[in-house]
Amino acid sequence: MNINLTLIAQLVSFAVFVWFTMKFVWPPLVKAMDERKAKIADGLAAAERGQHEQELARERAKEYLQEAKQQAAEITAKAEKQAALIVEEAKTKAQEEGARQLAAAQAEIEQEVNRAREELRSRVAELAVAGAEKILRREIDADAHKDIVEAVAKQI
Amino acid sequence: MAGNEITSAEYIKHHLTNLTFGNHPDHGWMLAHTAEEAKEMGFWAIHVDTLFWSLSLASLFAFYFYKAAKKASAGVPSGLQNFVEMIVEFVDESVRGSFSAKNDLVAPLALTIFAWVFLMNLMDLVPVDLIPWISSALGIHYMKVVPSTDPNVTFAMAFGVFFLIIFYSIKMKGVGGFVGELTGMPFQTNNLLLKPFTTVINLILEGVNLLAKPISLSLRLFGNMYAGEMIFILISLMYGAGWVMGIFGGALQLVWAIFHILVITLQAFIFMTLTIVYLDMAHAEHH
Repeated sequence: MNINLTLIAQLVSFAVFVWFTMKFVWPPLVKAMDERKAKIADGLAAAERGQHEQELARERAKEYLQEAKQQAAEITAKAEKQAALIVEEAKTKAQEEGARQLAAAQAEIEQEVNRAREELRSRVAELAVAGAEKILRREIDADAHKDIVEAVAKQI
Repeated sequence: MAGNEITSAEYIKHHLTNLTFGNHPDHGWMLAHTAEEAKEMGFWAIHVDTLFWSLSLASLFAFYFYKAAKKASAGVPSGLQNFVEMIVEFVDESVRGSFSAKNDLVAPLALTIFAWVFLMNLMDLVPVDLIPWISSALGIHYMKVVPSTDPNVTFAMAFGVFFLIIFYSIKMKGVGGFVGELTGMPFQTNNLLLKPFTTVINLILEGVNLLAKPISLSLRLFGNMYAGEMIFILISLMYGAGWVMGIFGGALQLVWAIFHILVITLQAFIFMTLTIVYLDMAHAEHH
């Protein structure tokens, strides 16, 4: 239990060990721990940011989807309208064509009728002449009564 | 395990004697053979066992912590690094909690004190006769294995802290500020006639206050460890007193050792915390 030189030796070694700890042990350990703390904080922040971004992306995707759906609906509606228009047009055209053809047919028929009438007229004239001839052969000379016959034929 | 030839008193005395190397007035430089010879050597002697154990333990601490510090990185820590960082974190938190000024010395100082005191106290848990028995087999007669039961160790640490207290007090407040702190409080007066009286009284009060710091630091640790060691020695005496007492002693030793784990850690923690607090007071303008 004597106080002696050991005290001085202990004091010196205490100083040396404190110096050693201060120089070589404490700073690197605290530095590493601080760095790790910063790293973890960064990681957590990044994770949070990622989550937030994902949320945003999901929202955006939803918006895009809605927009796309709307556009598709618009396109379909337009297409339907156009189809209806085309059908309408075709119908109108067909009707016009039909009417045109009908008119043409009617004109032809009329023409045909006219021609037939003309022919009939000439044939009737001939027939009348032939009849008159037969009648007149017995009674009159054809040449003598030609002008009368012609005048009759013209009246038909 | 006390030999049949020696009495209990001799056994205890033997356990409490350091292996001393010093300058004996009659025989010159030598290892003391008896406690009386060690006493006669006076100041010029060294406790070889104390120095050996305390320096070994401090080197152990320095080696492992240095190893961890060298490999320290911000990545995932390994086992040793984890352990070391846990202690560093603990000390760092204590320093942050009690020390308000900025000083790069305080935290490493606190870590050194905590680890070293803890390791030295830990030697108390080694059975009291084990290492002395081994060393006596090696021809070394005296062997005291718990360095913190040697007042030289505790006083050395406390004086180191005391020196730092005075150094920082003067550094932060100047010599005038430090002297003013010693003489201007707690009694304050503007009366020139009363001033000398209050100054003297204040100096006595504050001087006691200041000196009490290292003395209480060292004696608290020394007293606790010395008493704990003494009880271990007394318990081990029971082993020589028949098998009933032997078994009882064994149970007692176990209980005391378990309780002592708390004391060991607590003493290391108290020494560290008080050092931090004293240094904080040294840095503070008023206390």
